[in-house]
Amino acid sequence: MALKHQPIVVKLCLLTAAMFGFGYALVPLYDVFCDLTGLNGKTSSMAATAEAAIPDKKREVLVEFIARPNNNMPWVFEPVVLKLRVHPGEIHRIDYLAHNVTGRAMTAQAVPSVSPGQAALYFNKMECFCFTQQHLTAGQQLLMPLQFYVDPALPEQFSTITLSYTLYEVDAATPVTAQTATGDNNE
Amino acid sequence: MSTVTTDPHAHAEHEHHHGPAKGLKRWLYTTNHKDIGTLYLLFALTMFFIGGAMAMVIRAELFQPGLQIVQPDFFNQMTTVHGLIMVFGAVMPAFTGLANWLVPMMIGAPDMALPRMNNWSFWILPFAFSILLLSLFMEGGGPGFGWTFYAPLSTTYSSDSTALFVFSVHIMGISSIMGAINVIVTIMNLRAPGMTYMKMPLFVWTWFITAYLLIAVMPVLAGAVTMVLTDKYFGTSFFDAAGGGDPVLFQHIFWFFGHPEVYIMILPAFGIVSSIVPTFARKPLFGYASMVYATSSIALLSFLVWAHHMFTTGMPVFAELFFMYCTMLIAVPTGVKVFNWVATMWRGAMTFEVPMMFALAFIVLFTIGGFSGLMLAITPADFQYHDTYFVVAHFHYVLVTGAIFSIMAAAYYWLPKWTGHMYDETLGQWHFWCSLISVNVLFFPMHFVGLAGMPRRIPDYALQFADFNALISIGGFAFGLSQLLFVWLVVKCIKGGEKATDQVWEGAEGLEWTIPSPAPYHSFTTPPEIK
Repeated sequence: MALKHQPIVVKLCLLTAAMFGFGYALVPLYDVFCDLTGLNGKTSSMAATAEAAIPDKKREVLVEFIARPNNNMPWVFEPVVLKLRVHPGEIHRIDYLAHNVTGRAMTAQAVPSVSPGQAALYFNKMECFCFTQQHLTAGQQLLMPLQFYVDPALPEQFSTITLSYTLYEVDAATPVTAQTATGDNNE
Repeated sequence: MSTVTTDPHAHAEHEHHHGPAKGLKRWLYTTNHKDIGTLYLLFALTMFFIGGAMAMVIRAELFQPGLQIVQPDFFNQMTTVHGLIMVFGAVMPAFTGLANWLVPMMIGAPDMALPRMNNWSFWILPFAFSILLLSLFMEGGGPGFGWTFYAPLSTTYSSDSTALFVFSVHIMGISSIMGAINVIVTIMNLRAPGMTYMKMPLFVWTWFITAYLLIAVMPVLAGAVTMVLTDKYFGTSFFDAAGGGDPVLFQHIFWFFGHPEVYIMILPAFGIVSSIVPTFARKPLFGYASMVYATSSIALLSFLVWAHHMFTTGMPVFAELFFMYCTMLIAVPTGVKVFNWVATMWRGAMTFEVPMMFALAFIVLFTIGGFSGLMLAITPADFQYHDTYFVVAHFHYVLVTGAIFSIMAAAYYWLPKWTGHMYDETLGQWHFWCSLISVNVLFFPMHFVGLAGMPRRIPDYALQFADFNALISIGGFAFGLSQLLFVWLVVKCIKGGEKATDQVWEGAEGLEWTIPSPAPYHSFTTPPEIK
């Protein structure tokens, strides 16, 4: 390689390596971007305070609840009520039923998603079973609570919020790390 | 070397400038840009026929509704590998081959700047595509998740051939990046004295910009396939919601690569057409500088539009509008280009040899593909068009009648320079007209079935689409057969034919037309002076 080529080749190789790194950097960048915008409909894994829970009686929002076990998950998992008309700022509590129909003890983790995505920023959960993993013995049933309120700052364009949970089995083979307990959020 | 001299160094000099080696070794060990260009072009032609054969399987299956010939799983593998082969095996290597042949001759350089790396970047390609093609014979079949390999199709639901798919894409990426580095270094360092940047032929300019695009996005593709690999086999969760990942993230990463990639496949085509139109209009190119700036702005904008492939994934309205307007903005520099080509022809003394015919067809049909792209850019309309045959029609208009037609035009235009013989004009016109008619029978009705709601990548369809699909398939078979005429013509042209002059075309201008036809094995060993 002629000497005069070397500086350019080195620069271009560095650029190649940098762009490979940029591909990976997109992963955390995307998470930050989603946290700021609610783009991917993920709700906060931290318990919300009741600070903003000032009921706005003039407005009503329909909240729909969807729950399904993941394809490899044998449990029964469903919300007790399917939809609720709420005033923004009003604190509600609903239950989800989980039933371990298998003959062995299993641990599960529910992962939430809100649609439309941006509404996720205004869906405040004060208590949620999704903050922790659920451990059920063979045949055990459990009513799992969710306490929430819709932030009164929810933009006017949203009149319906759909909250969906997918329940995954947690074991050594499936690396579930998302939305796991942050420690102090169930007090 | 014909003069007799007593200089003691003359003999060594003569040894150094020997011609090509004989036999297979010539091609395996070659570092000559013309040899490597030829290898790339022949490889691309081979891949064009292999990918084309898969398209024939697809069209045969879709000739009638219902499942006739192949199983849905195999059908998916055909659509997937057809796309991969045509993008990475046919169009991109063909452009790299043209760059190898032409860039040194156009800028007055003796060879590419990094000849050994050049040999490497070609010779790893056959391995990449052997891996990809052989994976079709694995238990569980080859990749069947579409050339876009969306997660979780490529992670949770894919067969074990995915690992081979990933490795073959890695090799293709390394090859493209090495080719791109070579082109950039050649253009920056080996221009003949007096060849300033703004005197470079447009083919060189467009390749210069394309090479930067390749270096910017091929590593991102390598990252994406690596994440798929580790998600599938090594327990990472980049795209798996169960582990805190997000499948939509895959689409962002993929299309961050994917959109500049489509410009990688069209910018060199702009360069080719900008070379051919002035020759046959016998007028200099209209608006040279604006062509350069338009190409650069298309390249820059290509990084700001990726999410227009993902309107239906659910995005904030602001983001949808941003990507919609940015996408439409690309029509402006593209419009500048089309305007300049038309203005070049305006009042020119035009003749209509085969390269010009393909270039003209390119201008008209690529513009049609551009217009359907504008329709797809309209966010609310895209919700209707998304994943239908309208999209298939759009990208085949820009890639077949765009990229492939430009490559055909380039082949006809420079074949006499490469082989030293004129090609058979009558046969070439037959090839052109058969291709032109059949390609429109093939792709135009796809707009209609797409607008009527026929989804893409499905081996069966509702009965009301039957007539159009039969017509499309007939167009497909005709287009495939027409390309055999091209092979016949190329073979004929290599074997013999009317002797080509140095300039070949009456109106041709540029350094490559100042050297003999066929171009000698070593050209511009002393750089020419550019006035």
